[in-house]
Amino acid sequence: MNNFNHYYDTQITRQVISVIVINEHNVLSRIVGLFSARGYNIDSLTVAPISGSEYSRMTIVTTGDKRIIDQIVKQLNKLIPVLKVNEHQNVIEKETVLIKFPIDQPISDIDVLARAYNGHIQNVTDDAIVISATDAPSRIANFTNIMSKFKPLEVVKSGVVAMER
Amino acid sequence: MKITGAKMVTESLKEEGVDVVFGYPGGAIMNVYDEIYKQSFFQHILTRHEQAAIHAAEGYAKSTGRVGVAIVTSGPGFTNAVTGLADAYMDSVPLVVISGQVPTTIIGTDGFQEIDAVGISRPCTKHNYLVKDIKDLPRVIKEAFHIANTGRPGPVHIDIPKDVTAEVADFKYPKEVNLPTYKPTVNYNKRQLKKAMDAIAKSKKPLFYVGGGAILSNCAYEIRKLAEMTNIPVVETLMARGVMGENHDLLIGMLGMHGEFAANMAAHDTDCLISLGARFDDRVTGRLDEFAKKAKVVHIDIDPTSIAKLVHTNYPIVGDLKVTVEGMIESGKKMEFNDYRNWVSLLKDYKEKEPLRYNDSDSFIKPQWVIQKVGETLGSKAIITTDVGQHQMWTAQFYPFSFPRQWNTSGGLGTMGYGLPAAMGVARGNKDKVSINFTGDGSILMNIQELMTCVEFDLPVINIVLNNNYLGMVRQWQTLFYENRISQTDLSMQPDFKMLAEAFGGIGYRVTTKAEFEAALKDAIEKKKPAMIDVVVARDEIVLPMVPNGHALNEMTLIGDSNE
Ligand SMILES: Cc1ncc(C[n+]2csc(CCOP(=O)(O)OP(=O)(O)O)c2C)c(N)n1
Repeated sequence: MNNFNHYYDTQITRQVISVIVINEHNVLSRIVGLFSARGYNIDSLTVAPISGSEYSRMTIVTTGDKRIIDQIVKQLNKLIPVLKVNEHQNVIEKETVLIKFPIDQPISDIDVLARAYNGHIQNVTDDAIVISATDAPSRIANFTNIMSKFKPLEVVKSGVVAMER
Repeated sequence: MKITGAKMVTESLKEEGVDVVFGYPGGAIMNVYDEIYKQSFFQHILTRHEQAAIHAAEGYAKSTGRVGVAIVTSGPGFTNAVTGLADAYMDSVPLVVISGQVPTTIIGTDGFQEIDAVGISRPCTKHNYLVKDIKDLPRVIKEAFHIANTGRPGPVHIDIPKDVTAEVADFKYPKEVNLPTYKPTVNYNKRQLKKAMDAIAKSKKPLFYVGGGAILSNCAYEIRKLAEMTNIPVVETLMARGVMGENHDLLIGMLGMHGEFAANMAAHDTDCLISLGARFDDRVTGRLDEFAKKAKVVHIDIDPTSIAKLVHTNYPIVGDLKVTVEGMIESGKKMEFNDYRNWVSLLKDYKEKEPLRYNDSDSFIKPQWVIQKVGETLGSKAIITTDVGQHQMWTAQFYPFSFPRQWNTSGGLGTMGYGLPAAMGVARGNKDKVSINFTGDGSILMNIQELMTCVEFDLPVINIVLNNNYLGMVRQWQTLFYENRISQTDLSMQPDFKMLAEAFGGIGYRVTTKAEFEAALKDAIEKKKPAMIDVVVARDEIVLPMVPNGHALNEMTLIGDSNE
């Protein structure tokens, strides 16, 4: 028998975690600080208040082996302002991206592609066109990749939000 | 009636039954100090450095089991306190540390003596608060004491801006805390405990591996009882010294880097390791993939993050150790355990063949001899603190600890400078005991100024400087692992410690023979004054046995004929 933690070192997985926290001073820095101090990854993080309550929900996407994910969940639970930590298994994930292009790019091509990713044109000025798309994070990654050939001026991603099915 | 925030602080401390506060004033905390002047519920001990105020509160808390309290000012006052906070965090010491902050109107402007105190203390406290609204103050203080002293204990820091201490509001100290997000698990899972007990009963070579949690949850008595009832041998970590009591038949000894051969072999050979409030620190386990590798692991801890952090656990149990061990005793009463007599006697053989020992000398004083001598002289009449280094390990090895909280050391952070101020806190909290601080010629200079505090507040700490003219522990590593390149660890240049003690108003001794030491110790105990005994000890002694870094526990360097 070998008790060493190799037991866990099977594979690196991607994990979506949601954390319900009290809205209070410093709480975001507590969460982020926990990750940085212990060398855990944050791939994305979104926060917003839960309406009608004193709590906020954070959705964190992280990667690590099972031991690390276990520790992340336990360490988060240990923080005083944390009410609940969910290690999501079966979730719908969505991410939004905003992309700005110079106006001289082929607008109709951009529009068609955006629609394919549940997106559309948001705004047009004399200089630029802004589109948005909301979709699963992997599709959004794919989409931004494709759109890079239209010489985007700016790409802004929202981070992932998730909900158990 | 409306009172100021500053008065709320002193009133809250009164409500918490605090009888002593260690601290150091300054601009941002002056309103609170003004209230401290006016009250008579608790004593304020003015240390000479903020780090020492925290260590003193730690020494007080660790030795008495009560929450230690310290107060410091903003900026440099607070930053000086940080090492103490980190130390307390690593050793799970219940503290409430209050700091002043610049007024809320100035926060964020790089004001005079402003620092982001809660930002700095976040990674080295169990929890922290910045109180921006006076209305929150009583609740925050109530919560701080509760958080510090429940679950896995730890330091809690409260940062209070100056205008908040000046403002007035109604004061009502809450009777209860209402923290829906903080509910430490006290009660273990019954089914899981039953499974663990069955595994223990069936094992052939079970071993209790006891850590500092046993002291924190006050369950030394229960652990002794459980061990006796099952006849399972016990090894202690550095932090758990005193749990079994030195003469207990089932105590195999301390394990770890400088642990006893028998204890380390026990951990190596066991087929069922039962961790009671221990956290598998690397100074204990040696090479992790070799640690207790023949064993199933039962891991009991109040802190779920400790479980399975480093070692795979077959039977994880989250719960208060005392409650859980009581549960084990109850469930064990109805069970049949294997017969462990052979296993115990095997370990006893190891202990006999390879006991902790050193080669004594008549020509100079061996540090181990000094510790044994103090042990013979004072035994359970003393509470022992140490600094960090060789002397710390020798004390853990050679002092006969007979009760929990008798041993007080910086285990997790390993903070040089801990000893003297901690001993001061011990002296304040335990007037019926002698407070002894074993220290090194390096460590003692880190907080020597506290001799002044000891003298002023009549805290009769006896500091025993095991003076080897080296930063001994680092020199030991240089000797063993750096081909004797003694880089920056030679302390031949040193103050006259005797005169130094006298300069502070204490008693100083310098001794070079065993007889002189015995006389000095006797004199210091009788005089009951702050004292420093500078003991010139064998210069090149090394701490043995030793598990070299990166080796397994069964690969110890034993004493052999070295240290001659
Ligand atoms: C604040 C701090 N700085 C540095 C160290 C590293 N360190 C560990 S032991 C040691 C030597 C201690 O020397 P001394 O106090 O003379 O004790 P000895 O080992 O000689 O008994 C040092 C420098 C430490 N533990 N703490």
